[in-house]
Amino acid sequence: MAAGRGVAAEACVGQVVLPGDVLLLPTQPDEDGERLRLGASAAPRGRLLCGPGLRRCAAGLLVTKCGLLRHRQAGGGAAAGGAYWVDSQQKRYVPVKGDHVIGIVTAKAGDVFKLDVGGSEQASLSYLAFEGATKRNRPNVQVVGDIIYGQFLVANKDMEPEMVCIDSSGRSSGMGLIGQDGFLFKVSLGLIRKLLAPKCEIIQELSQLYPFELVLGMNGRIWVKAKTVQQTLIIVNILEACEYMTAEQRKQALAKLSGN
Amino acid sequence: SPPSPGDTSVLAGIYGPAEVKGSKELPDRAALEVLLRPKVGLPGVIERSREQLLRRTCEAVVLGVLHPRTAITLVLQVLSDAGSLLSCCLNAACMGLLDAGLPLSSLFCGVTCALDPNGVIVLDPTTRQEQEARAILTFAIDSAERKVLTATTKGSCSVEEMQQCLAAAQRAADTVFQFYRDSVRRRYSKS
Repeated sequence: MAAGRGVAAEACVGQVVLPGDVLLLPTQPDEDGERLRLGASAAPRGRLLCGPGLRRCAAGLLVTKCGLLRHRQAGGGAAAGGAYWVDSQQKRYVPVKGDHVIGIVTAKAGDVFKLDVGGSEQASLSYLAFEGATKRNRPNVQVVGDIIYGQFLVANKDMEPEMVCIDSSGRSSGMGLIGQDGFLFKVSLGLIRKLLAPKCEIIQELSQLYPFELVLGMNGRIWVKAKTVQQTLIIVNILEACEYMTAEQRKQALAKLSGN
Repeated sequence: SPPSPGDTSVLAGIYGPAEVKGSKELPDRAALEVLLRPKVGLPGVIERSREQLLRRTCEAVVLGVLHPRTAITLVLQVLSDAGSLLSCCLNAACMGLLDAGLPLSSLFCGVTCALDPNGVIVLDPTTRQEQEARAILTFAIDSAERKVLTATTKGSCSVEEMQQCLAAAQRAADTVFQFYRDSVRRRYSKS
């Protein structure tokens, strides 16, 4: 019944795609197997990066999540053929290697801490994975319920996720135990990605309102601390409401608050 | 337009991929569980059989291999029943899975056909049409190639009549899939 099974991938960029849609990739002009490609005349196809929400199938790319299709052109030089991915909104976090997340300490089992990161499994964090930690100089994470900002070292579907609070050069670069006070709350993953975008107006506008400290975890968790409890709660309410407000509504709300 | 009191409506909630209790853990894929709650009373045998039917249909489309050793729970609450309840549950389940962001290989929809005593096919029958019908057939159609994922029949009909109902259901499925696409477009146009 459904005849045209695939649509060209470039035609769908920026549009809504649904699971089950097949995206066709541009094929090489000369598919003749006989001719040998000598010299640099034929442009190399390069490796096409298949991002979240897409899987490779026989015909091309199969969409597995609903959302907007995005494309990034290849960077010059290397043979990368660009990347396609689907921007989807969801609340449930799935651990990905390299993501910076906020975890809550739930247990201490021997030499590792067990952290709740909002996924299907608890992540493990070795007490030596902090900057300047040795066997004698243990980090001050004693109380169950402390909050830690770290990144995933190991995160795939087959193994238990592992976190560390140092980067590859051994420095903490902002990771580690998050201090006392402040307020931790959960938002959707799409809002976090919007806040982490390079020029995010929301954070710039909020910083003109009150000074505050902010930690954003890719697992949907945000930690905020301002001078007083009232200011903290105001910032929390604005961040939660940002998901559904347009830019004008947000500017109006902030203008009303700064006028008070 | 808001649903009127005479419509069938089902509320779907999806939880997952989440932690799974030891015995239910599957080593290579996600364990999918469906809970169907009727409008009044405790769930009975009919709800259990419908839960298994929904579970098998969802397992055919959900890419469970991407989340091994996890549990995906789908809870359906019947808000009102005016006929074609099973296909409404199928549609609610698919929209719930779509909205939750679970990886799916395709979408599916549910269509109910009723064969009245004269042999006329009625799509999405009301409760009264279902009671007067000679046979009621419910199909779950997938979006990739309009293939049948699930078929369940109540009553008796001939093979030709079943083929005709199936063809009618496949045509009707296009309307439902277009509704899915429009709903998703509306949701993502606000961001």
